[in-house]
Amino acid sequence: MRSEQPRRPSWERPSLFTRVMAAVGLVFLHAPVWVIALYAFTTEDRTYQFPPPGLTLHWFDVAFARDDIWESMRLSLLVASAATLLAIILGTLAAFALARRTFTGKESITLLFVLPIALPGILTGLALLAGMRTIGLEPGFWTIVAGHATFCLVIVYNNVVARLRRIPPSWVEASMDLGARGHQTFRYVLLPQIATALLAGGMLAFALSFDEIIVTLFTAGHERTLPIWFYSELFRPRERPVTNVVAVVVILVTLVPILLAYYLTRPDEQSQGT
Amino acid sequence: MAGRAEFSLQGRQAFYFALLLAPPLLWLGIVYLGSLLTLLLQSFYAIDEFTARIVPEFTLATYRQLLTQPAHIDIIVRTLLMAVAVTLTAAVIAFPVALYMARYAGPRTKALFYVGVMLPMWTSYLVKVYAWRLILAKQGIASWGFEHLGLMAALDQALAVPVVGGPSLASSYIGMFIVFVYMWLPFMILPLAAALERVPASLLQASADLGARPAQTFRNVVLPLALPGLAAGSIFTFSLTLGDYIIPSVVGAPGYFIGMMVYQQQGTAGNLPLAAAFSVVPIVLIGLYLMLARRLGAFDAL
Repeated sequence: MRSEQPRRPSWERPSLFTRVMAAVGLVFLHAPVWVIALYAFTTEDRTYQFPPPGLTLHWFDVAFARDDIWESMRLSLLVASAATLLAIILGTLAAFALARRTFTGKESITLLFVLPIALPGILTGLALLAGMRTIGLEPGFWTIVAGHATFCLVIVYNNVVARLRRIPPSWVEASMDLGARGHQTFRYVLLPQIATALLAGGMLAFALSFDEIIVTLFTAGHERTLPIWFYSELFRPRERPVTNVVAVVVILVTLVPILLAYYLTRPDEQSQGT
Repeated sequence: MAGRAEFSLQGRQAFYFALLLAPPLLWLGIVYLGSLLTLLLQSFYAIDEFTARIVPEFTLATYRQLLTQPAHIDIIVRTLLMAVAVTLTAAVIAFPVALYMARYAGPRTKALFYVGVMLPMWTSYLVKVYAWRLILAKQGIASWGFEHLGLMAALDQALAVPVVGGPSLASSYIGMFIVFVYMWLPFMILPLAAALERVPASLLQASADLGARPAQTFRNVVLPLALPGLAAGSIFTFSLTLGDYIIPSVVGAPGYFIGMMVYQQQGTAGNLPLAAAFSVVPIVLIGLYLMLARRLGAFDAL
């Protein structure tokens, strides 16, 4: 479409430098991820030699036969599911409470809701650990979930609150005027509108939790989530190629929900509400 | 405003509102804020030198220990310098990407760029760090690339520089710096692009009509209007670098960073008060940074 126009005026044309640097920046962001994918197939198992001397699928068999990896994978999936569920419930409640109302103290409450992702993760981790020790709580599955839910809640809240603000208040008023009760308005007017935002928030929360390491190392005790397994493997590698395979699997497990989340909230879908 | 708020919070409305807000507020208030306060409290305790137990009495001894031991000051300065260097570099690299995706790209290219920036940002943190360890390792891709470009001598020279160099990229501050910049780059690009999208085209046209050359327009029109975006992005890069303890322990030189110190003190060293005091440092630094940004007018254009 743009090509039909004659020649764009100077302030609408990027300089060659801008164009090249933009492309370089994008490649820089993506290249390392492809590297991992390549190394999962290398036949070399001691060094990080590049280019790989040969390619093989052997390491996938080895990785899939390892019980410790499956065990960690199972734990991570369970933690992510529980944390996401909690985050969806708490985040949605908060979004409904805060989307439209104005009241004294709202600023402080919204600040509290972004704090867990605004402050460095190490602070959240250490704080939760200090809190657990004070009340004598043993670290384990539920402390991991509690830590994850705390920052996942923010993600869900942000997604849902943004969508709620785009729903015209007149829709709710119309629904009420036509005699719908509160729960009916919620079920037939609001829920269909926020469904995709809710799902997207849930997907992102799941991906975030599945991959979390900074907070988890403080709250996990003796439990080994997949990122913790991965982290310990970085320092005491038993078999490097297996680590590479797990890296690829982790990328795939997190990539699917993220792409889905993007698809669910992509711009033209968002504009339907307005 | 106040009148409307009171009106909307009457009777049943207020009841439902409280019902909605209570669970998330209690969760964050008790689990999160409660923990943070416990952490702050811990930093005012100290560890008994002989029994290695925490003495629950108010004291400033831990903060004194934090701020008087030269080794601790070194750690704080090292982390701060890294955060500043990473923030500046990320801003420079992010600018053309953000500028292109915000102002020049057509709808399809723009969508491609947004996904292109979001995907690596959301890709597993640990896997990305690990990927860089492979890339920067002695026989890794980086040195393979340098060799094939005939730049091996330049790489060796860079690694021979005292302090920032090291035996290989994977075990030098240069390598760590590259990884930090890579990891936080999307956090700089996205707010910057958002700010640049809001720059009205008419201003650029006016600037061009008045005879400004592209470089002048950039410096006098685009850059000042992009400042809020730069400020927002730099808060991310700054804060994330200050708090990270994984990257310095996987890639880089043996010198300690604040995050590593926090992790080590609460773990193997068993000194929770000192770990807590160390974890307060990033907050203070971020606070100072915010004040400085405000003083410099970074938020004026908001």
